[in-house]
Amino acid sequence: MRAVIVGCGRVGASLAASLDRAGHHVLILDIATSAFDRLPTTFSGEAVRGDGTDEDTLVRAGAQGADAFFALTEGDNRNIMAAQVARESLEIGVVVAKINDPVRARAYADLGVATLCRTTLMTDTLLGFLGFTGSGDPPIHHAKEHAHPAEATTGSGPAEPAPGIARTVGEV
Amino acid sequence: MFVIVVGGGKVGYYLTRELIGAGHEVVLLEKTRARAVQISDEIGSVVLSRDGTEGSALAEAGANRADIVAAVTGDDEDNLVICQMAKHHFSVKRTIARVNNPKNELLFRHLGVDEIISPTRMILGAIEQDIPVHELLHLADLGSGDLELIEALLTDESPAIGRTSGELPMPEGCTLFAYIRDGKALQVRPETQFRGGDKVIVIGRRECEDALRGTLIGDEEETAAI
Repeated sequence: MRAVIVGCGRVGASLAASLDRAGHHVLILDIATSAFDRLPTTFSGEAVRGDGTDEDTLVRAGAQGADAFFALTEGDNRNIMAAQVARESLEIGVVVAKINDPVRARAYADLGVATLCRTTLMTDTLLGFLGFTGSGDPPIHHAKEHAHPAEATTGSGPAEPAPGIARTVGEV
Repeated sequence: MFVIVVGGGKVGYYLTRELIGAGHEVVLLEKTRARAVQISDEIGSVVLSRDGTEGSALAEAGANRADIVAAVTGDDEDNLVICQMAKHHFSVKRTIARVNNPKNELLFRHLGVDEIISPTRMILGAIEQDIPVHELLHLADLGSGDLELIEALLTDESPAIGRTSGELPMPEGCTLFAYIRDGKALQVRPETQFRGGDKVIVIGRRECEDALRGTLIGDEEETAAI
């Protein structure tokens, strides 16, 4: 498959290396070229310096038509924005954003972006290690398909037509 | 009106001050503690030192009863998240976002932000209006589609001079609807004859700009040479 990864931190670089080793085509972006030092020398995918929240940059790098998109930068909001650009503008089907704030992680799953929350993940793992029960949240909140943000916001229209409706221009 | 302003930079600070002055109830969220303290010293205890992109901060500010949430931080991604959380998590009726990268305007609108303010676009527009190029001037985007409001300044050399508006070859989906002559706005009728100096206002699709330029301004090389 073709995978796009935004953010070449520890997780991004590790995922890129694993997918690359398994024979998949990987495109990874980061705003700092020094981040690509984390990639193994054997990495055969593409590493592009650029802002992964910028649609033009993603298109120029060849992200369009990818099978999967992972937003893994250090910023929750940057990940949310990159993921929504991927889903809305690049029409990539599988989109996952790393969101460390559990509230936002749940909220954006409702808005159609699959989210991965490190906070919940680690807390639950540690609680489990101690033999306690965790939050019970899944490691990845799956995107709810029906909740398209644009559709969800176009609420009820105006109850009464404006005074200019159904009259000729001359009458107004 | 109860307004939550997120971001205590210059814009957020003056916005909060003006809104309080106008008698509105305002809460300002500013995540940097020192800045939050500085602002509340100046304008009173309306400032919460919290990150407005966190759901719990918006809740503490009273987002569930806010009429408007205005996200005016310097980061587009933060402003997007603030508006989306306000809208979908707290059912705020009206969300306003400052957008720094003009390219994000369409995305924000598509994702449900009600009002988008782009200072970059506004300043760019002001500069373009000052340049007397014989070009099409983009005035505003209309709605969520790719329709825009365009102004064309006709010169004496324009191919539209001496012909009636009905005779002009207009690209499909474009409408000449008004023109400005001697400071007066006039309606374009099929028999309207344009003169040099007229400003013609068009509603059209972005991809029709080249065809419009051919009809109203003249061909490309001619304009490039000016």
